[in-house]
Amino acid sequence: MSVEAAPAFRPRRSGLTRFVSAYGQEIVIACAILILFAVVSLINPRFLGANNLNTIISGNAYIAVAAIGMSMIIITGNIDVSVGALIGVLATISGTLAVAGYPVWVAWGAPILAGAAINAVVGALVAYGKIPSIVVTLGMLSILRGGLVSITGGAWISNLPPDFLLAQQRLLGVPAPVWFMVICTVIAFLWMRYSAFGRSLYAIGGNSEAARAAGIPIERRIVEVFAIHGAIAGVATILFATQLQIIQSTVPPNLELTIITASVIGGVSILGGTGTVIGSTLAAILFSAIGAGLIFVNVSAYWLRAVIGLLILITVLIDMLRRNRETRQASR
Amino acid sequence: MTVEVRLERVSKSFGGVRVLRDVDFDVRAGEVHALLGENGAGKSTLIKIIAGVHAPDTGLIHIGDQQFRALSPREARKGGIATVYQELLLFPELTVTENIFLGNAPRGRLNMLDWQQMRRRARQLLDSLDSPDLDVDAKVGSLSVANRQRVEIAKALSQDARVVIMDEPTAALADADVERLMAVIKRLRERGVAIIYVSHKLPEIFALADRVTVLRDGALIGTRPIAEVTEQTLVAMMVGREIDHMFPKAEAAIGETILKVRNLSYGQRVKDISFDLRRGEIVGVAGLVGAGRTELALTIFGITPADSGTIEVDGKPVRILSPRQARNLGIAYVPEDRGLQGLVRPMTIAQNTSMAALRHVASGIFISLTREARQAVEAIASLGVRARGPDQVVAQLSGGNQQKVVLGKWLETHPLILIMDEPTRGIDVGAKAEIHALMSRLAKEGMAILMISSELPEVLGMSDRILVMHGGRLAATIDRADATPETVGAAMTQAGAAGVAA
Repeated sequence: MSVEAAPAFRPRRSGLTRFVSAYGQEIVIACAILILFAVVSLINPRFLGANNLNTIISGNAYIAVAAIGMSMIIITGNIDVSVGALIGVLATISGTLAVAGYPVWVAWGAPILAGAAINAVVGALVAYGKIPSIVVTLGMLSILRGGLVSITGGAWISNLPPDFLLAQQRLLGVPAPVWFMVICTVIAFLWMRYSAFGRSLYAIGGNSEAARAAGIPIERRIVEVFAIHGAIAGVATILFATQLQIIQSTVPPNLELTIITASVIGGVSILGGTGTVIGSTLAAILFSAIGAGLIFVNVSAYWLRAVIGLLILITVLIDMLRRNRETRQASR
Repeated sequence: MTVEVRLERVSKSFGGVRVLRDVDFDVRAGEVHALLGENGAGKSTLIKIIAGVHAPDTGLIHIGDQQFRALSPREARKGGIATVYQELLLFPELTVTENIFLGNAPRGRLNMLDWQQMRRRARQLLDSLDSPDLDVDAKVGSLSVANRQRVEIAKALSQDARVVIMDEPTAALADADVERLMAVIKRLRERGVAIIYVSHKLPEIFALADRVTVLRDGALIGTRPIAEVTEQTLVAMMVGREIDHMFPKAEAAIGETILKVRNLSYGQRVKDISFDLRRGEIVGVAGLVGAGRTELALTIFGITPADSGTIEVDGKPVRILSPRQARNLGIAYVPEDRGLQGLVRPMTIAQNTSMAALRHVASGIFISLTREARQAVEAIASLGVRARGPDQVVAQLSGGNQQKVVLGKWLETHPLILIMDEPTRGIDVGAKAEIHALMSRLAKEGMAILMISSELPEVLGMSDRILVMHGGRLAATIDRADATPETVGAAMTQAGAAGVAA
């Protein structure tokens, strides 16, 4: 409707304002982590010890890594509820190879390749079979979980060779999983922000019809992003499976939900099209910090899930409110 | 006659944009009051205020002797106001009876639903609407659009509506159904129902309305008895200026043929279409809703690849199987529905602008955000987009500005052929003129433009040649010199009976 008397260009907002509006969620989580650390360490100063910090972050680094791939999937408007089961399967493959005496690089490389291959199939079913990703991955969840228990009989893998245990190694005093988490997050963030590939994922999640019309090969991208997510899950597997001397044939309960939650709390909209992998990594760190913090202030760790659940609801609510406001501003 | 509903100096803004300014409006029992205006004039907002969907910022709503600052949908319904929306709000999986009585079903003993009474009353209502052939137990999803509309009207009557709002009720109807609907409306009027009739089809308005109100850019232009106006006065009230000045297609040198389409067919909607498009030319595609115009565009652009026929681009025969291929051949498509196929709403102007031609702002595999922003700033300036800057999210822009961003996205691909589907639908008059001027400029620079439009003045004003489609076929090709509302209109409605065959 006509009468927009506004000039063609309103004064540009400052760089800081734009930064805050573009990375609002990431900033909020970073602040939440800092506040949490401050509060808990006031109550119990031992919380801030370097060793403790390393343990807190290192133990959950594999969740942060897996959440990177999950964020990419959710950004395209899809979801993967089978990643927890996938990590369990890949861990068994990796451990079996290591115990069988294959070189460690084989034992480390196999889960990455296998993850990519398995999820490429998932992606193909979603993209070319036109089956909603939640259905495909629900099926995959049962197949992987059931198959794993049937084949291993629930037995644990032990006697892992010491040089296989990547997660126990350190570089410059920092545990390897933390290095992996930081490096993967930075690379993925830059890749998502600056590559045509990353941009096309946002476009597909934002409006797949418009993306198709603009010449983006949607089906191929979906298969590719699922394969990448599988490979990243492979990396997460290595960090998870090499923490202890044994590999159990089960993964932590609700692992896939924890990973999805990290993405969502990190600001990746469950409806697709927005969010960054930095947010999901920060959210994974926040989970660890809450979990450890609760212990240090003598609150039952069972509260962790409740607190995280609350965070999910708040985050999604804020996302919805923001979207509604944007649509209202545009509609007339 | 008693006044059923009256709006008094009602204003409404969305996101800082005024869509209604101090509008007075009333409708009386037993009259059909037509509401007329161009797309974006504020008609929808006005009826939504009466229906209780939107709350006005200022002004009053009078229903009978009650007075409201704003209505809730519930209050509107209690006030006897019912709306038959353009996109019919029925439940396809429920039956006719269930749809009619959803939310106000008659209750029997123990407060249980009284199915027998419901079916009987549904039957009576439909019979009173001249629809004895409509089965009350049929699922609504299986009905034709015309029949669904009757169900919607019956639903309104079941709630004892005293005011029925009809939003473009004939937009999707065939001619025979339109006549039947008109008969129904006249019958409602005889019963004393007040009808607000939104349409931009002038013949219908002259056939039905007792009074007509014209809105333009959110302002009330006037309310007149139908006997006091002619088509010309109404058009002048709607557009506010002479049609000749509205659509300036500048002279452009017509060059060689760039797109050659022969015997193109896709399904039932595109049949045996042949035409040429030359550099510097704007070819308009006219036709009624469902004539196959958008389908033709989708086929050329590879969204629905052709079943048969040939396409030559720049002298080379091509097979276009995907939008990607079409883009790489230099074809651009600005779609009818910006939200659906045009924009990625959560993305910024810069990201949308570069989307179809990322390699122009990339070095290697990486996008240069600086170059992308610079490109967007240039597009914003040259297309006159009113925005905060390249990093503004497109969802926040107005319709006309969104359309310019879609256009900007495709211009970055440097297309040879630009297909524009309803380029000015739903945008304000000022932005419309700007888009027309842009199209002229692009044609002058040698671009070939295929423009689909439902607005006859736009087709007549902008086109060098007009393709008229009817029932998926090319009904006529009319040169600018021979194009009048009569020749084009005749070809649109009667295939093969008018114009120069292609």
